[in-house]
Amino acid sequence: MSYLPYAVAAWICVVGLYGIVTSKNLIHLAMCLTVTQSSTYVLLLSVGYVKGGGAPIFKGVELGTTAVDPVVQALSLTDIVVSVTVLALILALALDVQKEAGTVDPDAIAAMRG
Amino acid sequence: MSRRIRIGIFVPAALGFTALLLWAFAGLPAFGDYRGPYGFLLNAIATPERHTTNVVMATTFDYRGFDTMGEEFVLFAAVLGVMLLLRSAEAGGRSGAPEHESSAAIRWGATLAVAAAVLVGLWLIAFGYVTPGGGFQGGVAVAGATILLYFATGYRAFEPVGSEEVLDPLEALGAGGFVVIGLASLAGGLAFLTNLFGPGIVGTLQSGGSIPFVNWAAGVEVAAANVSLFAQFLRHYVVPLARAQE
Repeated sequence: MSYLPYAVAAWICVVGLYGIVTSKNLIHLAMCLTVTQSSTYVLLLSVGYVKGGGAPIFKGVELGTTAVDPVVQALSLTDIVVSVTVLALILALALDVQKEAGTVDPDAIAAMRG
Repeated sequence: MSRRIRIGIFVPAALGFTALLLWAFAGLPAFGDYRGPYGFLLNAIATPERHTTNVVMATTFDYRGFDTMGEEFVLFAAVLGVMLLLRSAEAGGRSGAPEHESSAAIRWGATLAVAAAVLVGLWLIAFGYVTPGGGFQGGVAVAGATILLYFATGYRAFEPVGSEEVLDPLEALGAGGFVVIGLASLAGGLAFLTNLFGPGIVGTLQSGGSIPFVNWAAGVEVAAANVSLFAQFLRHYVVPLARAQE
């Protein structure tokens, strides 16, 4: 049980990759990429967990109370916010492909020429 | 390569990759058995040193502020990329914007909800380094509330808020503000992003040195970037579509 979060992170990563490989729609592919990204958040936060630890916020809480690792939380939260904007960029690209090629199926898009 | 070949290559590769991942994860300390020194160190010294009670935000904006600056510029670049991709011949402009029918009750209730949500978002940004919250989280909350305005009142009311003249300067202010605050320390002969102001009083808004300013810069940038993205998608895809349907 003590390694379950890591197994969950591995599962999410591989499921996301499977979604990317078997995707028939560019928008679905972008969402699968987001799923794979989430596996890294799960892994980071699991690594930083301290048993019996509370949040690393000390307002009203005595200094010295056990708290979880703040560094991985800082990494995860900035990453989540930034990945939303990068997802928007990928979706804009997908919509552009739709306009140019008439389809969002990655297999049906003709190979680049020139 | 065809789809079937691709999946045929993927499945054994994925199995091997999963085995490798699980073997690697088995070498990690068990869940909850955190050993690394930095978490304990930061939790012990962040509040005495920087007088911020939210150690996560102290880490984001102070101890690892350089990384956050990089992330902000990733955000900025992504919004720039979307702006370049979605630059279109927007014929018409403000006239002829599509409106959807909605009752007065929805308009009133949703507008009040927008006001409350914006205030909550601003509070999250303002008190980010004292209680849970921060520039990034609060910025997303403010952006969500502003986007709710479109759904509450329609395009005509949302358009002045989502216009480029409003959002681009705000975004630049946020991204550039971070760098300017860092450079201000350089001007004083200290290292980049050193705290300029005193640590302040623990548990109040006036604490953390430069953290409040950097926090607000991040909050403003995240909010403006997210609203800008939404507005661009709206202008480029939804407005012409709705106009064509009329």
